This record gives sequence, C-alpha cells and structure tokens, in this order.
Amino acid sequence: MTFRVHVRVMPRTGLLDPQGQAVEHALSALGFAEAGAVRVGRAIELDVDAGSRDEAEARARLMCDKLLANPVTEDYLLAVEED
Amino acid sequence: MNRVAIVRFPGSNCDFDTLRAAQSQGGDAFFVWHRDTDLKGADIVILPGGFSYGDYLRTGAIARFSPIMQAVERHAAAGGPLLGICNGFQILCEAQLLPGALLRNAGLTFVSKPVDVTVEQTDTAFTCDYAPGARLGLPVAHGEGRYVASPDTLRMLEAEGLVVLRYVAATERSPFQPNPNGSTNHIAGICNAAGNIVGIMPHPERAIDRLLGLTGGAGFFSSPISSHQNAASSRIQA
Repeated sequence: MTFRVHVRVMPRTGLLDPQGQAVEHALSALGFAEAGAVRVGRAIELDVDAGSRDEAEARARLMCDKLLANPVTEDYLLAVEED
Repeated sequence: MNRVAIVRFPGSNCDFDTLRAAQSQGGDAFFVWHRDTDLKGADIVILPGGFSYGDYLRTGAIARFSPIMQAVERHAAAGGPLLGICNGFQILCEAQLLPGALLRNAGLTFVSKPVDVTVEQTDTAFTCDYAPGARLGLPVAHGEGRYVASPDTLRMLEAEGLVVLRYVAATERSPFQPNPNGSTNHIAGICNAAGNIVGIMPHPERAIDRLLGLTGGAGFFSSPISSHQNAASSRIQA
C-alpha cells in the first residue's frame, strides 16, 4: 500500500526564529496587529510504500530522525494518510 | 606527512582558495570528489566552504551523506586532522562529528565582511601555530552561521575549552563589528575533545596573502602540516 506522509518540521521552541520574527513584523506593518508568536518551519510530503499505516509511520519517523529534521534544533510532527 | 585532501561537493566554491592556502604552507594538496570513497592517502582533510547541494533542506544536511563522508569519518575516528570551514563546519555538525548546529543569521542577511576573532584554543591540529589568545582579522561570508547547542553542550564546550575561535567586540583599533550572526557565546569555531576535528565559520583561506589585505589565516594550514612533521620527526627520534 502507498501512504501519503505529511511531515511538519518546526524550529524548537525557545530557539530564536528570526524568520518568524521578520514575518511577524511584516504582518504588523500590514495592519494585522492581532498576529503574534509567528514561527516559520517547513512542510515535507512524501509517498511511502508500506504494509501498514504503522509501518509507514515508523519508516517516516526514521527518515525524520536521520535526515528530514535536525534533532539539535528542530521538532517534527507526522501525519499519515492512506492514498 | 603533508598530503591534504580537499573534499569537493556539488556547490563547494572555496575549494580552489583552500587548495592554494594549503599549498602555500607546504601542503601537498589535492581535490577529492564527494562521490569518491577513499581519501587517496590524505594525512589532513579539509571540507571547504560553499553551498553544498544548494543548501537544500538544511545547510550540510545532504552533503553529510555523500559517499566520501564515510572515509572522512574513519579518518577522524583514527585521530586524523579534519577541518570544516563555513559550509564544511555545517557539514561536520550535521554529521555529528562536532556538536550543535548552525542556523540562519540572527539578522537574516548574508554577511560577508572581515571580523575580529580570538584564538582561544591552540591545542588543536589546526591552531597549534597560533599564540594562545591571538587576535585575528578573518573574513566571514555566510547566511547560516549562528551557532547553537543545548545548554549541556554549551557548558561542556566552555568547561573543556573546546571553543577554538570567538568573535570579539570591535575596539578602537579595529573597524570590524563583533559577532556577525548572533551565535551563542559569540562562538565562531569549536573542536572535539581530542582537538583533531575543528569547525570554524570564518574563512582563513581568504586571509593568507598580503595582496588581499589579511594574512592571519595561514596558521590554520601551517598548523596541521607542522604538527605532522613534528610528530613524524619525534617518532624518528624515538
């Protein structure tokens, strides 16, 4: 079976996120005063061939730990859906 | 004992400067391609600056899985001198050969200018030709040079003297601004506990020729060559 895996990689809370700050300033300059605590991360989508949803998620987790996210600076969230 | 391998990745762009810098200090320097699997008998390995794999995903994240990196890791594990400059430093961190990570500059802009640094650790393969506390002017040129690490790692680096280079505040003597990227503790370069692996953001290879203004970088290339020669001669004497 093929599963579609959605990975959301975010800078770890507490680390300075200058991109998020810059976007927040821009939103504020556009009049969106209600926007705050902006953070900028990265979204990655991929197909994973696996026998089950659990297997697809386990493999995707391995991909995140090894390459897609940096364990020193980033956290990630996974969502797996059947294609 | 002065064979210097300079590893070229797709996107390396300081390779020729680094080759020339190593040669200027007596190194028998040559290129190794990232798809190669052996280091051609290198005594010293340098990962040069640039934008390996276009900095895609994260700086150094893809290069660290290049075939040559297995040989580089073996070289370092055996105590061989290994220097990462700028993108090379980023690759060493991604490969977990050095702790921590290098993130987007706090000011978000790419910074290319000379900075002042002090050499805080001279007991390494690449800084033993400097006097402790030596102050150097070196160019930086990077968009992602903000060194970060966990609090435990930072305490360890500071307690064990593993900070090799630190940005220093400009003085009346110097027109250069301090810390160009917001790095933690003004860290510009670190080493491993054994001192054979060194990673630095500044570009010493761009500071070896009076013609280009700065000359303080030569020690990074003379140090491993002279220490190798000393080690070789001491073995001969023994």
